[in-house]
Amino acid sequence: MASDTDIAPILTTRRDEATGFLQKVISKGLGWARKYSLFTYPFATACCGMEYMSVAASRYDISRFGAEFPRFSPRQADLLMVVGTINLKQAPILKRVYEQMTEPKWVVSFGVCASSGGFYDNYAVLQGIDRIIPVDVYIPGCPPRPEQVLDGLMMLQDKIASEHHGLGNKAKLPERPGYRDIVLSK
Amino acid sequence: MSTFALDQIHQQLPEALVERYVDRAGDAWGVIKPEQIPHVAKLLKERLGFRMFISMDAVDRLHLPAEEQDPRFEVLYFLRSVERNELARLKVRVNEGDEVHSIRGVYQGANWGERFVWDFYGVSFKGHGDLRRLLMYEEFKGHALRKDYPLRGRQGLMPERPLKDLFRGPGTNGVAD
Ligand code: SF4
Repeated sequence: MASDTDIAPILTTRRDEATGFLQKVISKGLGWARKYSLFTYPFATACCGMEYMSVAASRYDISRFGAEFPRFSPRQADLLMVVGTINLKQAPILKRVYEQMTEPKWVVSFGVCASSGGFYDNYAVLQGIDRIIPVDVYIPGCPPRPEQVLDGLMMLQDKIASEHHGLGNKAKLPERPGYRDIVLSK
Repeated sequence: MSTFALDQIHQQLPEALVERYVDRAGDAWGVIKPEQIPHVAKLLKERLGFRMFISMDAVDRLHLPAEEQDPRFEVLYFLRSVERNELARLKVRVNEGDEVHSIRGVYQGANWGERFVWDFYGVSFKGHGDLRRLLMYEEFKGHALRKDYPLRGRQGLMPERPLKDLFRGPGTNGVAD
C-alpha cells in the first residue's frame, strides 16, 4: 500500500523505456531545460518565510539557479516550496494546492517544521508534510541558512536532470491512482 | 503600584468583589463574581476611564494543590486606563459547566477573547451571542489547553500516509510509531 501512495516521480521511468540513444538525448535535453526553469510556489506560513525572502533577494539570489520567479498560482508553478510550520488546520489546504499543480511537479520541504514538525510536537501541528504529500528534497535547519537552501535546490536540479522521460514510447504508462482515490477506496 | 481600580470597585460595587490579593510579582488582583463581571466592566470603562481592553486568558488549575482546584478555571481580564497608566487585573473563578457573563456588550474587544477562552478551555460565556471556536477548527473535539487534554492529542482533518518514523511524534494515521 505504501508504494501505491508514493506518487513522487511524475514522468515515470521504467528502466527499459529510456534505453535508446534518442531517448537518452531527449531526456538529457529535457532535464537540462527543466532544471533551469523552475517556477516556485512558496507556501510560506511561518518564520522560515523570512529566510525564503533572503534566498530570493539579491545577496543569495536564487535566480542564479533559474528558480527566481515565484508564481502565486499553483497552476503556473512546478516547484512547491513548503516554507514553515504546517498545522493540522492547514493540511487540507496544502494538499489541495499540491493537487492543483500541473505535472511535472516537485516538492521541497524547507526547514525542520515542514520536514518533521520541528519542536512543535503538540496538539496542532502536522508532523512533517510527507505525511500528506510526497517530498523530493528536505532542507534541515531552523531556519536553514540560505546556502543550505541553494544546496537543496541544486540537489533537486540534479534529480530533475537525471530523470528519464518516456517520450516517443507508445506503450501505455501504468495507471496511477490519485491519492484521493486510494483514500476513498479504503 | 496604584490600586485605584480595585479600591473603586470595593467602594462602589462591594457585592461584586469576592476577594483581593497581591500576587508574588506584587501586582494587585481582584476576584469578581461570575455574574457581576459585566457590571464591573461597565463601571471601569464608563466611569473610571479604563477604556482599553488588553487581553483575556484563562487558567486550568487541575493539577494544583487540592484546595486550589475548586473552582477549576480562572478567567483573567486585563483592562488598561491610558490616562492613569494603570492596569486593572480581574479574575473570575468558575467550575466546569458554569457560565461567566459576557462583557462583550461593554468591551467589543472581548469578543475574540471570550471565543479564545471558549475554544481552548471550554468556559462558556452567557450573552456572548456568537461563541464559536476562534483558532481551532470546528471538527476539533475537546479543548486543547485543558490540563487533561493529551499533549499529542492530534485530530487530523485528513487521512495521512501510513508512515512509520522513530524520530518524530506520532501522526494521526493510527500507525504505532
Ligand atoms: S523551522 Fe524554525 S524558522 Fe522554520 S518555520 Fe519552523 S520554527 Fe520557524
